[in-house]
Amino acid sequence: MTNEIHSPALQSAPPAPVPAAPAVPAPPAGSAVTFDVRQLNVWFGSHHVLRGVSLEILPKAVTAIIGPSGCGKSTFLRALNRMHDLVPGARVEGRIALFGQDLYARDVDATLVRRRVGMVFQKSNPFPTMSIAENATVGLRLNGLRQKDLLQERMERSLRMAALWDEVKDRLHANALSLSGGQQQRLCIARALAIEPEVLLMDEPASALDPLATAKIEELILQLKQDYTIVIVTHNMQQAARISGQTAFFYLGELVEFDQTGRIFTNPRQKQTEDYVTGRFG
Amino acid sequence: MNPWYYHWRKIKSSCVSALCLLCALVVIAPLALVLFNLLQKGASSLDLHFFTQLPKPVGESGGGMANAIVGSATLLGLAGLMGIPVGVLGGIYLSEFGSLRMNWAVRFAADILNGTPSIVWGIVVYALVVLPITRYSAYAAGLALGLMMIPLILRTTEEMLVMVPNSYREAAFALGIPHWKIVLHIVLKTAGRGIITGILLAAARVAGETAPLLFTALGNDYWNHNLSDPIEALPHKIFIYASSPFSDWNRQAWAGALVLILFVLALNIGVRVMTRGRTPHLAK
Repeated sequence: MTNEIHSPALQSAPPAPVPAAPAVPAPPAGSAVTFDVRQLNVWFGSHHVLRGVSLEILPKAVTAIIGPSGCGKSTFLRALNRMHDLVPGARVEGRIALFGQDLYARDVDATLVRRRVGMVFQKSNPFPTMSIAENATVGLRLNGLRQKDLLQERMERSLRMAALWDEVKDRLHANALSLSGGQQQRLCIARALAIEPEVLLMDEPASALDPLATAKIEELILQLKQDYTIVIVTHNMQQAARISGQTAFFYLGELVEFDQTGRIFTNPRQKQTEDYVTGRFG
Repeated sequence: MNPWYYHWRKIKSSCVSALCLLCALVVIAPLALVLFNLLQKGASSLDLHFFTQLPKPVGESGGGMANAIVGSATLLGLAGLMGIPVGVLGGIYLSEFGSLRMNWAVRFAADILNGTPSIVWGIVVYALVVLPITRYSAYAAGLALGLMMIPLILRTTEEMLVMVPNSYREAAFALGIPHWKIVLHIVLKTAGRGIITGILLAAARVAGETAPLLFTALGNDYWNHNLSDPIEALPHKIFIYASSPFSDWNRQAWAGALVLILFVLALNIGVRVMTRGRTPHLAK
């Protein structure tokens, strides 16, 4: 994997500090960025999926990625925790820095990157051979943590953070598949939180859930924002508007616009963005 | 509609249905016949002595196949020592680590080996092991059976692992878990039952093999105290006794065949019971 920077210049200007939209406060000025993405290109074989994406993701905030299917949203998200390393034929170029450290540098272990950058998937995927408790602690146990009391404590804390504790505390040793779809997804969030990542990536985490379960997940995301940087891919524009502080609009593998969420939905700069968010898009 | 035409259609339908039923019965009938026949002719010769005593010389009545039963178990154990680790680890390689070209080559080889007549295994081990050390032995027979088990276990293991949804692997990778731990603790655990099923079916398959033993185990009428000596096995003993001119031996051959088929049947039923209702892991 090459990590050259083809051109130090940015393809699109970083988000200018615009006045805060009424509903969403602007991020504190001068705060360090979590992800600094520069000229990110991704290929699957000869298929050029992401084209020169540059953006900065702010800490302790929710950044939403929107765009039509096949525009490269998930590809972008998966580049942030080096999941493309697992796909034969995938190639990533450009620079992604997490708090200043280049994630694709030669001496960086992808496994360690993924411990710092957690991920929740579209379809809930708790491990079917494990209980609820085991699912919550699996990341810790398989990364070498053995002390029982510490595991117990971290399990309870992550289940509480995922707003699942009260619903499962009496059946922690039941199989994880006995939970409802929404509960399973929150269990997956707890599982990701248990290893105490710095960032949580979410790939359409509520798209397979009913409206009630979706509301719970959204509420949870707003809670988690206090402590975590969250990047969420979503097809649901109301959801992006409700929970995110910043929104990036992708189209055909390019970042079309990246700005305060309020601005993207009320007064976007680009015609394409406006067409998409108002539903006029083909 | 023309009523005559309607009746003609009904008749055709019944005929074809009856034909299908007949074919289904043809599938079940041999098993029922074999079992019935064996029970009828073998059950009367089954007694405690059959399981506890060594064969008696010709002319003396009584005696049993204790050495052959223990020998078969020994050979299955030796075969498993070889076939299970190689088959399972090879299957893991194919499913989790291998490259496309390598996988194609291994799969192709395994499928050819699965279709290789068992007598060929016997001859190969005879030429490679028995002749050079000029000795029939339990090791040689175990090797022949183990070699037969490898492709069987390899292919079922691979198929079971491939059935584990990729989303579990992704979830585990996203937790920063090292690859080998993911394979060991998550993928293998999810497919565990299927892999054990494959191992048991492979064991059932080689338990009844006679041909590879002819050139390797040799067989005898005594206890085997040293694995580098010849050893007796149930299918081989049945072969010798059934083709002998002595009615007492023929009678014991029936009993041996009954024991062997009950063992294989028990393995298969055990597999069914184990897998019943426990595949939702993979189905989901």
